[in-house]
Amino acid sequence: MEPVSVAVVVPMEHGLLLAAVLFSIGLISIMVRRNIIFILMSLEIMLNACGLAFIVAGAHWGVPDGQVMFMLILSIAAAEVAVGLGLLLQAHNRLRNLDIDDASKMRG
Amino acid sequence: MIDHIYLVPLLPLVGFALLFITAGQLPRPWVAAIGVGSVGLSALIVLIVGYEMLLAGASPVVISLYNWFSVGGFVPGLSFYVDGLALTMMLVITGVGFLIHVYSSLFMYEDADYSRFFAYMNLFVSAMLVLVLADNLLLLYLGWEGVGLCSYLLVGFWYQDPANGAAARKAFVVTRVGDTFMALGLFLLFLHLGTLDIQPAMQLASATWQSGDVIPTIAALLLVGGAVGKSAQLPLQTWLPDAMAGPTPVSALIHAATMVTAGVYLIARTHELFLLSPTAQFVVAIIGVATLLVAAFSALVQTDIKRILAFSTISQIGYMFLALGVGAWSAGIFHLVTHAFFKALLFLGAGAVIYSLHHEHNIFRMGGLRRRLPVAFLSFVIGSAALAALPLTSGFVSKDAILLAAFESPHAGPALWLGGLLGALLTSIYSFRLVFTVFFGPVRTEPDAPAGLPMAIPLVILCVLSIVGGLFQIPVDAVFPEARESLHEGAIPIVTLAVPIIGVILAYFMFLDQRIRIAPLVESSVGRALGRFWLSHWAMDWLYDRIFVVPYTFVARINQADVVDTVYNGTATITRRLHHLASLTQTGQLRRYVTMMTVGLILLVAILLGVR
Repeated sequence: MEPVSVAVVVPMEHGLLLAAVLFSIGLISIMVRRNIIFILMSLEIMLNACGLAFIVAGAHWGVPDGQVMFMLILSIAAAEVAVGLGLLLQAHNRLRNLDIDDASKMRG
Repeated sequence: MIDHIYLVPLLPLVGFALLFITAGQLPRPWVAAIGVGSVGLSALIVLIVGYEMLLAGASPVVISLYNWFSVGGFVPGLSFYVDGLALTMMLVITGVGFLIHVYSSLFMYEDADYSRFFAYMNLFVSAMLVLVLADNLLLLYLGWEGVGLCSYLLVGFWYQDPANGAAARKAFVVTRVGDTFMALGLFLLFLHLGTLDIQPAMQLASATWQSGDVIPTIAALLLVGGAVGKSAQLPLQTWLPDAMAGPTPVSALIHAATMVTAGVYLIARTHELFLLSPTAQFVVAIIGVATLLVAAFSALVQTDIKRILAFSTISQIGYMFLALGVGAWSAGIFHLVTHAFFKALLFLGAGAVIYSLHHEHNIFRMGGLRRRLPVAFLSFVIGSAALAALPLTSGFVSKDAILLAAFESPHAGPALWLGGLLGALLTSIYSFRLVFTVFFGPVRTEPDAPAGLPMAIPLVILCVLSIVGGLFQIPVDAVFPEARESLHEGAIPIVTLAVPIIGVILAYFMFLDQRIRIAPLVESSVGRALGRFWLSHWAMDWLYDRIFVVPYTFVARINQADVVDTVYNGTATITRRLHHLASLTQTGQLRRYVTMMTVGLILLVAILLGVR
């Protein structure tokens, strides 16, 4: 039996829907979570949701651009994690906890 | 040498700059050398220029240095106009100024601000020279304001005492009233003549207007307003007695010999304008007579030696105004010159007395100083004789000429003459009241040794000038129109001659011999009230305080929160409220920001889709 291509089986709408759901989960958890680690993880989810959308779209049109964009998003995510973890360590040093609401000294 | 006339005002200006920049760091002998030397060099140059000019026949010379600025066809130059009148004024300013500087080098030696004093004095001399040399009225106005500034700085020289600061402010503000009139006069002249260069403007005025026209009358009266403020004449004379708060050499130089006569100079310089306006000229004569009488009565009852001299200065400038008002131009300028000699002499003599008596100003605490301070005594006798216009003094020659010219005047001549004569009588009474009280009778305060040579020599030179000054021929014949030939016959000249002598004799019997008892008169209720009235200078300070100062401060107080500012303050308040409102959204909480961004983004997308 011939192996069936995934792209054929999963329609584009389903892929994009998954991406949108993932993105919303990430966004909502940024809004509701107070722990900085979870905020960083939510950011990762949102980035990967975007990546998924690119891949799905690229596969649908049969062009490599989607994969190129995913590579870009991966590198951005790596940089973001480096900076984010650095900030996280500083926040932990200064605030003695990881509550984002405590880091609100720059209010007007 | 005349090409280098610019050095005359420049040298004192350089002296000022040196003393100002070094800010009191120089040793005192250096300060004195710069301060006195710069004025001395100027005086030397003026002497040489004067000698050359008189040899050449005293024809006017214009020295243009460069154009000051150029705006819409108005090109005032930094140019000097040297004629007989300017030369006479320069000789007085630098000559008398030099003597007073020499005197000050000792008088002010103990003062902590020795350098500052000479800096201001040099600046004053420079500004005054610019005033008299100016070829156009704008440059004249520059010098005019310059001397006003120096007057302010020097009256308030001892600024630690708030009273001196108040006197300085008063001098500045009151003269400023006159200056405003003068500026308006200059605007009017420029509007109608298109130039402020004095000689062309005056020729143009004579060509354009008929005698008695309205415009020249208004312009002349506005200039009189300026002259009245600067020369301390009615009704703006109240600042001069208070200006005596300054050091005595300042009173001698600025408030007797030079600055206060700037008004006389201004009117003489623009005399063509006054010839076009008999009304304005008559107003000048009336102001002169009224001032000389008012001030003479005030001088009769003063007890402060410097205030007596201040009122006599106001009174003598009144004579100069009278002379200008009756068209005796050269007599007025001549009285300016002789007055500069004898009034500087009197002030410096008073300074010598005050110096030896530890700043005692009350004449009734002085007495019997005749033998103790012989030079000061000599100065006062000669100065008072000249002031009272006794024969054989310089004051007699000039004042006699003024009174006779007043009598010849076609408008109310005899009345003006009578007023001047009464003033002359009062002058000799109050000046010899001063001499008899201070130098005769018992010694009331023991004086120190008389001051040294730098103070004595200028006094002696001024004594000589006060006597022989009457023989000088001031070279102003070419400047002014031909004087009327006056007939000196009959009783008029003899009465004019006799009145001052009668005054001296009266003063002798009243204040020394005591044969005429004035005590009952003075002690009576009317006499006492009148004395107080005159002592307070005809209550004019009180009157001006009620009319101007009190309403002004009242308005200032109720309008403390400026009405006009409400608009601007309101704008600021509204902006600040909005800012507070906007900054409420800045909570510093990341999650809130994210939520807002998301909500905003959703709204944006919804709107875009809705539009689609």
